[in-house]
Amino acid sequence: MSILIIAEHDNANLKPATLNTLAAATQIGGDVDLLVVGANCQTVAEQASKAEGVSRVLLADNSVYEYQLAENVSKLVVELSEGYSHILAPATTTGKNMLPRVAALLDVAQLSDVIKVESADTFVRPIYAGNAIATVQSNDTVKVITIRATGFDPVSAEGGSAELVTLSQVIASDKSRFVGEELAESDRPELTAANIIVSGGRGMGSGDNFKILDGVADKLGAAVGASRAAVDAGFVPNDLQVGQTGKTVAPDLYVAVGISGAIQHLAGMKDSKVIVAINKDEEAPIFQIADYGLVADLFEAVPELESAL
Amino acid sequence: MKILVAVKRVIDYNVKVRVKADQSNVDLNNVKMALNPFCEIAVEEAVRLKEQGVATEVVVVSIGSKSCQEQLRNALALGCDRAIQVESEDGPDSLSVARILAKVAESEEPGLILLGKQAIDSDNNQTGQMLAALLDRPQATFASEIKVEDGKASVTREIDGGLQTLKLTLPAIVTTDLRLNEPRFASLPNIMKAKRKPLEVKAADELGVNVSSNIALVSVEEPAQRQAGIKVSSVDVLVEKLRNEAKVIA
Repeated sequence: MSILIIAEHDNANLKPATLNTLAAATQIGGDVDLLVVGANCQTVAEQASKAEGVSRVLLADNSVYEYQLAENVSKLVVELSEGYSHILAPATTTGKNMLPRVAALLDVAQLSDVIKVESADTFVRPIYAGNAIATVQSNDTVKVITIRATGFDPVSAEGGSAELVTLSQVIASDKSRFVGEELAESDRPELTAANIIVSGGRGMGSGDNFKILDGVADKLGAAVGASRAAVDAGFVPNDLQVGQTGKTVAPDLYVAVGISGAIQHLAGMKDSKVIVAINKDEEAPIFQIADYGLVADLFEAVPELESAL
Repeated sequence: MKILVAVKRVIDYNVKVRVKADQSNVDLNNVKMALNPFCEIAVEEAVRLKEQGVATEVVVVSIGSKSCQEQLRNALALGCDRAIQVESEDGPDSLSVARILAKVAESEEPGLILLGKQAIDSDNNQTGQMLAALLDRPQATFASEIKVEDGKASVTREIDGGLQTLKLTLPAIVTTDLRLNEPRFASLPNIMKAKRKPLEVKAADELGVNVSSNIALVSVEEPAQRQAGIKVSSVDVLVEKLRNEAKVIA
């Protein structure tokens, strides 16, 4: 068996989700090649070659791949797919955008958000916002799969010495063009990789009030997250959203502040090791899954928490 | 320009699903069903594009048993012009759905195809991308803003680090994210009018699509249940517990 993984990166750094995907590939077994597609991304390829368990790094470095548009990257992956039994990508927005296109071009089905490997053809994935866990078997010749990073402990980023192969294929995309982007800037750890997350919900009342979470987050070295209600109300940008339609996280500690705990939010955080809920409504569903619950007004409890830390 | 919108009948998003005792699947008997929330947003966007004069006709399509006609009528009541039901066993996989939609698109020739980014039952997030691949058309997934002018669609997408804007040459496929719009409610007069709008029924094999899947569902289980923990009386007790009992903070 041989596995191709499409690396997640921003042209400067390999993203941690790639290491979790490598862990999933290790469980499937076989040679693992890592594909780095981008522009001026030589350093990413060098980082990738050091990751544990990689046989070869395939580098497609060209300006046409700068924003990893699904139209051309999927065609490139299909060109490279010969001989691979599995094609994997992390279930990030980039992976989710591109991999189904690869699957359709290969005329095979795809498995999304896999959290467990049972065998080379049988996998486990959550359905219905994580309220049911399905075991599925794929009879396709090539298994095309996105991996949920929180389901797998990452492999080491050091110690590997993969061969670096530079690819020459240049596939341009004439029907889709990158216009611009607005990326949120933050000094905090990345939400999906943070060990501690402090999240705010509708109970925060306004965007300005979210600042009171910053003090706690700073003391804990935590990332700040949000529920859909807080994002929809415009308190914080959408990339902070945790839940079925936002990011899935599983930190050591998740502090839910002013979050009621709707099914859709729980889908994104209920695998956290320890859950703390601070809410003034003692009937809030979040208390049914919280390890430690504090029934209190968050505007008093959060500053108190900051000074107690 | 014609817009094609694909919609799916799914379990209502507020319902807590139950797994069948024999672990063959989730139990959908006597459960409230509804239009998938992301599909509702796609319908709303199509209707708004028609109201702006960008679209001339909005055609809504759903694949499944006769019961999905209820969701098609719902979409018609929200402002779609006509509906197509492709009769099929319930639950074809994303690739089969994409193949059927590709056939419908070939005969309807829409300038834009709108779908939700994912269905809240299977949580696959695949169909739009697969459809774009089969038709060899450009795609913009997870859209939070769509502007159409001069044969191009400018689409802002929700990506992990923030937002990204792409310009696509039409015809194109766009999948909707939650923040694209706020869907309207169907008024009673519109619900009545929707009953008279055309609804065509086609069979999947009539379109030459085989809906067999290479993915077999082995079993479906309840997730491990988390037990409620304890309520603490004060912030100080909370910090003490986190430090000494859970040992998650220093």
